[in-house]
Amino acid sequence: MDLDSMQRILEQSLADNKPIWQIALEEDMANRMVTREASMEKMRRTWRAMVDSADSYSGERRSLSGLVGGDGERMRLYYANHESIGGSFTAEVMASALAMGENNACMKRIVAAPTAGSCGVMPAVLIPLWRKEGIPEEMMLQALYVTCAIGSVIATRASISGAAGGCQAEVGAASAMAAGALTYLHGGTGEQICHAVAISLKNLLGLVCDPVAGLVEVPCVKRNVIGAMNAIAAADMALAGVESRIPVDEVIDAMGDVGRRLPVEFRETALGGLAATPTGKAVKERMQKNRKRRRTLTIKDMRWKLTTAPARETKE
Amino acid sequence: MIDIFDILGPVMVGPSSSHTAGAVRIGAMGRTLLGGTPVKARLHLHGSFADTGVGHGTDKALIAGLLGMKPDDLEIPNSFAHAEQQGLEFTFDEVDLKNAHPNTVAMELTASDGHTLSLQACSIGGGRIRVTMLDGVAVSFTGAYNTLIIHNKDDRGSIADVTTTLSRARVNIAYMSLSRSARGGNAIMIIETDEKIPPVVLQFLKEFAGIIHLTYYEKEDE
Ligand code: SF4
Repeated sequence: MDLDSMQRILEQSLADNKPIWQIALEEDMANRMVTREASMEKMRRTWRAMVDSADSYSGERRSLSGLVGGDGERMRLYYANHESIGGSFTAEVMASALAMGENNACMKRIVAAPTAGSCGVMPAVLIPLWRKEGIPEEMMLQALYVTCAIGSVIATRASISGAAGGCQAEVGAASAMAAGALTYLHGGTGEQICHAVAISLKNLLGLVCDPVAGLVEVPCVKRNVIGAMNAIAAADMALAGVESRIPVDEVIDAMGDVGRRLPVEFRETALGGLAATPTGKAVKERMQKNRKRRRTLTIKDMRWKLTTAPARETKE
Repeated sequence: MIDIFDILGPVMVGPSSSHTAGAVRIGAMGRTLLGGTPVKARLHLHGSFADTGVGHGTDKALIAGLLGMKPDDLEIPNSFAHAEQQGLEFTFDEVDLKNAHPNTVAMELTASDGHTLSLQACSIGGGRIRVTMLDGVAVSFTGAYNTLIIHNKDDRGSIADVTTTLSRARVNIAYMSLSRSARGGNAIMIIETDEKIPPVVLQFLKEFAGIIHLTYYEKEDE
C-alpha cells in the first residue's frame, strides 16, 4: 500500500492485526525489491550511524562560518553541575539535539531525518530514551520504521523540504516522526501514535525557514531542541489519552497548505525572518566578502553547443 | 513511490543534503562519466550554489566527489588537500546560467589522457541530483538507476540494436531518452535500467557500428 494516509495505515493495521512498523517494513520490501533481512539490515546501519554520530560529538568544533559549535557541551556541563529546570533527562535531550545539529553544521557524518537541518530531533529523543530504559535494538528499529511511515505520509501529502514548505516541513516533520516513535516505544496504540503526530505537527504549524546567510546553522541547530521537546510533550499527551480534535491527515494537509502559501522569503531563501535582521544581514555580508565577482557564462566559454531538440522522455 | 530511506537518510556528511551530499554525488557522476579522476577541473557555480556554497562546503563536496568519495566520507572537508596529493588541479568561479535550477554547477573536466567532458547538473533536494547537459547536449537523468550513456550516430537501427541487446541480456529498461544536436548528426541515448549491466554486454554494445562512445554509471551501492 502507498504510505500516503495515516488514517489508511491505521485502518490497515487494525484490519490485518499488524503493527504500523510492519506495514512500513513490507512497503520497503516491495518498493525496493529486497528481503526482510536486507531491509532490517539497512535500518540497523541507519540506527547505528545515528548513535555513532551522537557519540562522536566534540564541543571543540566550529562550523565553516564560525557561528555554531560548543552548545551541546555547554548544555551537558550545565546539567551535570546544576539542577536543571526540566530535570536531567530533558536536559540530555536538549544537549543531544544541539550536539547533532552542530555535528551537521561542522561537516560531520549525520543521518538526515528527514533532512540534514532537522537531523537532531529524532536521535535527541530516541538515543537518551534507549540508554535510560535499556530498550532492545530490535525495538528501536521498529520505532524507526514507524517514523518512516509518518515521514512518507507527510512527504506525500505535504512536504519535508524547507524550500517548499518552511521549517514546519523540516523540524515540524522531524518532531512528528519522533513523537510517533516515542509513543510506540512506550506502548501506545496506533490511534495514539496518530494523535501524537497530529498534536506535534499542529504545535509547529507555520514555522518559517529563515536560515541566516542561507546556512544550516542559525536558527536550525536550536530549532532541533524545540522539535525534540515538542515530540516528548506530544507523545506524553497522546499516551495520557489526550486527543487531537483535528484528524491527523487533515493536520498534515493543513501543513502542506500553509507551506504552499508561505511567501518565498520564508522558504529557505534567507530573505526574511531571522535572516533579514540587521545581525543576520551582517553575517551574510561577512560571508560574502571573499567571493569572486560573478560573470555571465557564455556558450563560447564552455565550449558547448546549443541543442535544437530538447530531451524527450519515453517510458518503456 | 517514496523510498523510506530517503525519509530516514541518507547517511551523509553535513550540513546540507542539497548543497553538500548532492554536490558530492554530482562530482562523483562527473568522475564516472569521465572514466576516472580528472587532472583538471573547471567548476562554475550557479545560483544558490554560488551564493551559499562556501558556507555549505559545496566546493569541497564537489571536489570530494571528483576524487571518488561518497557523501558520508568524513574526509570531505579535507578534499582540497587530497586533490593536491592526487594531482587534481581545479578552479571555481561563479556564473549565471539562464533558466537553470538554483543549485546548479557546470563542470569542464580533463582526464589524464587529455580527453574532456563537460557536464551540467543540479541538486534537486534530499541529496538527489539530475544531470541536465552533457557535452553540449540537453539530457535528463538522475543516477538513481544504473545508467547507460551512449553517443551514437543518429541513424536508423542504433536504438533497436541497443534495446534488443539489453532485453536479451534480461536487463529491464526503466526509462529511456534520446537527445540530438541536429538531425542526422550525433545523438545521446540515455538508458536507465533496473538491473546492473554485465561487462560483457557493455563490451558487446561497443562493437555496434553506430555507436561512437559508451559510458556506464552504476548506481551507488546500498
Ligand atoms: S530553518 Fe530552514 S534550513 Fe534551518 S532547519 Fe528549519 S527548514 Fe531547515
